[in-house]
Amino acid sequence: MTEDTRDSNGDGEHGMTRRQLMRHSAWFGGAVVLTVVAGEVISHIPGSASAAPASSADLRFVQVSDSHIGFQGPANMDVTGTFADAINQVNSLGFRPDFVMHSGDLTHLSTPDEFDQVKQMMSQLDTDRVFTVPGEHDSIGDNGPRAYRQAFGSNTVGDGWYSFDTHGVHFIALVNTLHLEQLGHLGNDQIDFVRRDIAGLSSDTPIVIFSHIPLFAMYPAWGWGTDDAVQLLSMFRRFSSVTCLNGHVHQLFSKTEGNITFHSARPTCYPFPKPGQGPAPLPQVLPAGRLKDALGIRTVNYWQGNHALAVKDTKLA
Amino acid sequence: MGANAVTIKNFAFAPATLTVKAGTKVTWSNTDPDAHTVTSKQGSGGPLQSTALATNDAYSYTFTQPGSYAYYCTIHPFMTATVVVTA
Repeated sequence: MTEDTRDSNGDGEHGMTRRQLMRHSAWFGGAVVLTVVAGEVISHIPGSASAAPASSADLRFVQVSDSHIGFQGPANMDVTGTFADAINQVNSLGFRPDFVMHSGDLTHLSTPDEFDQVKQMMSQLDTDRVFTVPGEHDSIGDNGPRAYRQAFGSNTVGDGWYSFDTHGVHFIALVNTLHLEQLGHLGNDQIDFVRRDIAGLSSDTPIVIFSHIPLFAMYPAWGWGTDDAVQLLSMFRRFSSVTCLNGHVHQLFSKTEGNITFHSARPTCYPFPKPGQGPAPLPQVLPAGRLKDALGIRTVNYWQGNHALAVKDTKLA
Repeated sequence: MGANAVTIKNFAFAPATLTVKAGTKVTWSNTDPDAHTVTSKQGSGGPLQSTALATNDAYSYTFTQPGSYAYYCTIHPFMTATVVVTA
């Protein structure tokens, strides 16, 4: 990857970042390099070009997650405020993302009023397109899934899943929050949809899969996994690059399994404990002033011709 | 806690098995900071179907027929428990 001259504006900042990258590089959860610099976590596959300046990327999109609009409690007394902060942060990135994906738990209780509020707030995003996948908090009872699809289900099929292409990347948005028994669940209809959806794709097409609940077994005892994810992911073995982006666990986590990389996102509402720390995934009450350190947004950059995507997580400002 | 009460705490129903006589009204109280439901297991044909219970919300159901009633939280489906109703 050659340096892009458009980086000249931010050369000092990027130069400093690269030096710090070298100092702070660390290995986590398999072959994903996570680098922490000034509140940002940058993840990339070794050998990929993620250190290249974002300004040169062909595709730039944003993931926000777990806004839980409607939640009330000491873990976050103003989830509307922190979600609004996240939206402002997206609008202040210095570039206009090609799209923004909300990876679920838009609402806390699946009520039509909560969905309306989220939709209204997301209409403030300065981007061409806004996408969502539902969380289990958007899928409560018989009315929850109905209300979700009324607000966000246009241009989806089945129970709300869909796919789209842009900049040579194939994106698949899944629903794994319906008909749950212990874990997330996709179901045969959805797996068949994906099988047909990817049948004609060349194996060097970069794939990005969005779901709310992780597609890897992050901590099944707390429901942090998807019971039929292996059936789904086995269909992707032929692809050079598969990136799975999820929410649900309210914390950063990355790992790779073969050609597939998984990234769990920060929420905009409140953090959960690390897997198995404490009795349950209880909303964590942080000391005053520390909440925003646990919240954030994610930007993802892609350079056409590369396989891997560069994932950057930034704390809420 | 009374003999006809279930407390929801730390993402668990306590007691996990409650035994009551037919005609007993059972009340579930959510003390967690997250929302939960009290819902009969899929396919069981059971009668429990609460709305989402926010913190300090409660749900009650009066069991009239003896039997074993498995239920769970649809939001956190790893939370499971049973009410056993005796004649």
